[in-house]
Amino acid sequence: MSEKGRYGIHGGQYIPETLMNEIHHLEECYEFYKNDKEFNDELNTLLKEYAGRPSLLYYAEKMTKDLGGAKIYLKREDLNHTGSHKINNVLGQVLMAKKMGKTRVIAETGAGQHGVATATAAALLGMECEIFMGKEDTDRQRLNVYRMELLGAKVHAVTSGTQTLKDAVNETMREWVSRVHDTHYVLGSVMGPHPFPMIVRDFQSVISKEAREQILEKEGRLPSAVLACVGGGSNAMGMFYNFINDKDVKLIGCEAAGKGVDTDRTAATMATGKLGIFHGMKSYFCQDDDGQIAPVYSISAGLDYPGVGPEHAYLRDSGRAEYVPVTDDEAVEAFEYIAKTEGIICAIESAHAVAHVMKIAKNYSKDDIIIVCISGRGDKDVAAIARYRGVDINE
Amino acid sequence: MSRIKNAFANNNKAFIAFLTAGDPSIDKTEEFIYKLIEGGADLIEIGIPFSDPIAEGAVIQSANIRSLSGGTRIKNVFELVERVRKNTQIPLVFLTYMNTVFKYGTEEFFRKCSETGIDGIIIPDLPFEEKGEIKEPANKYGVDIISLIAPTSENRIKLIAQESEGFVYVVSSMGVTGMRSEIKTDLKSITESVRKYTDNPIAIGFGINSPEQAEKYSKIADGVIVGSAIVKIIEQHRENSGEYLKEYANKMKSAMI
Repeated sequence: MSEKGRYGIHGGQYIPETLMNEIHHLEECYEFYKNDKEFNDELNTLLKEYAGRPSLLYYAEKMTKDLGGAKIYLKREDLNHTGSHKINNVLGQVLMAKKMGKTRVIAETGAGQHGVATATAAALLGMECEIFMGKEDTDRQRLNVYRMELLGAKVHAVTSGTQTLKDAVNETMREWVSRVHDTHYVLGSVMGPHPFPMIVRDFQSVISKEAREQILEKEGRLPSAVLACVGGGSNAMGMFYNFINDKDVKLIGCEAAGKGVDTDRTAATMATGKLGIFHGMKSYFCQDDDGQIAPVYSISAGLDYPGVGPEHAYLRDSGRAEYVPVTDDEAVEAFEYIAKTEGIICAIESAHAVAHVMKIAKNYSKDDIIIVCISGRGDKDVAAIARYRGVDINE
Repeated sequence: MSRIKNAFANNNKAFIAFLTAGDPSIDKTEEFIYKLIEGGADLIEIGIPFSDPIAEGAVIQSANIRSLSGGTRIKNVFELVERVRKNTQIPLVFLTYMNTVFKYGTEEFFRKCSETGIDGIIIPDLPFEEKGEIKEPANKYGVDIISLIAPTSENRIKLIAQESEGFVYVVSSMGVTGMRSEIKTDLKSITESVRKYTDNPIAIGFGINSPEQAEKYSKIADGVIVGSAIVKIIEQHRENSGEYLKEYANKMKSAMI
């Protein structure tokens, strides 16, 4: 970080005045708790005993043989409690919010993974919980809505704008501005105003911390590349972070191209976005010539976001990471492929990273290792994939 | 004296009227501005429609969507300002989100503001700490950056008030814009605290919609800002809102001492 909350030119704190004291307070609290032994002990216990960490680093032997190139490992965040990497960040933030004296947490959610994780942590730690989810997403992820309700959360279907993830973020921001004294906004990705991109990255960096140790233990060497899907970019930031200083490890983020980057039905921010200032941060955003935020599209509700976290924007600017677009068709094929090949039904988000490894594995030699982050499990997507294939099943 | 300062001169309590440009059309917005002025508005705040206005409540959000659906572009908003400025010397300020300015090109945006006759700018997602984003070009082209002070600002009031330009916008309540029947914030103590650090006039906004509120807050501050109530009239009466707006502005202005 070059200056406070900046990643190169990206980042910052572009938010209403009403939130400024709270965001400064949050920053102070985080700086305290991240070095507080008691907090870290509690969090590590939760991660281990409750969330099931460390997650497995699994050698995908059949995929490796079939794709014919690099040795492929899967970082199994899908095996965490609640079924995705989202729990890593949520346990950290909700535990901290509780210590800060907050009694209520709110969060946005796209696919519902972050909402479910937040509702789970809130139930466990005894906090009131309200989740904001785009109406379109509540329709396509009905199971997750009901899950959140089972966990005691109140789910608001957001009907403003495009009724997807960005609108859910808007509405959660509006709610936070209305009630900040007892409420913490559990932002789900490495985005928004500082210190959120840093907090979420730190809590997610456990993914690469473990993966790096695990691969050194299993193979005695570092991978040639690590892959992760990128919407806002939390699992990718978590997967990249501890490899950033390993210059020979390629970092590849796979973003959702939807129907294709040359169509207007895409969510590929790195491929089609322009520099902008929105949702509290300077970064790349899909937008028109007037700076109106574009209505983005992807089959994946979790990647259906018109921006990307500021540290990713910086990693791209500096050339440290590479970002590639993956279409709906490719992701669905990968979803089916990894199910049949490895017996793993992964999230459609994660399938974007799987799709890319299917393309590039053969370009590597047998001595190379590629780690793919399986950010979540795909139970939530089964009905949607069936519909995509023209099979009408009831959820 | 600047046009903004003029609006508050001689202890005039300023009635500041907000409307979203292009709702229902740019031509109508122009007409509505004149009607609001006839009714007694002292300063006009023009909202540039934005796809994701995070500081707005439901009423103004809808106006943004209506305007954008009708095809309003930034260039149309500048044309509107240019036309209005030919007919009146009333102070005009923009309410816009940061991405609009940034994408236009910050330097070019303020040059255009100056050329067309904009006197000030309010950017709800640009807090004090990020003001550097626009300060140089805004000052260069003589556009006042209107600072907001919120019920939660507390120790930040000094910082913000000392560097304020034009007038100080005191946000009456937590949350987003929208009509409120009751405002609980201790606005008297906030305005008193602001006055310690600046001689700039103070206007209170967010939630104000009735003549009773206008009267009450004009006693504490130098002006009141009304947005959602005006936009609501436009939502109801569409093209025919002119006379209703004039009447409403008159009612509000008359209530202010």
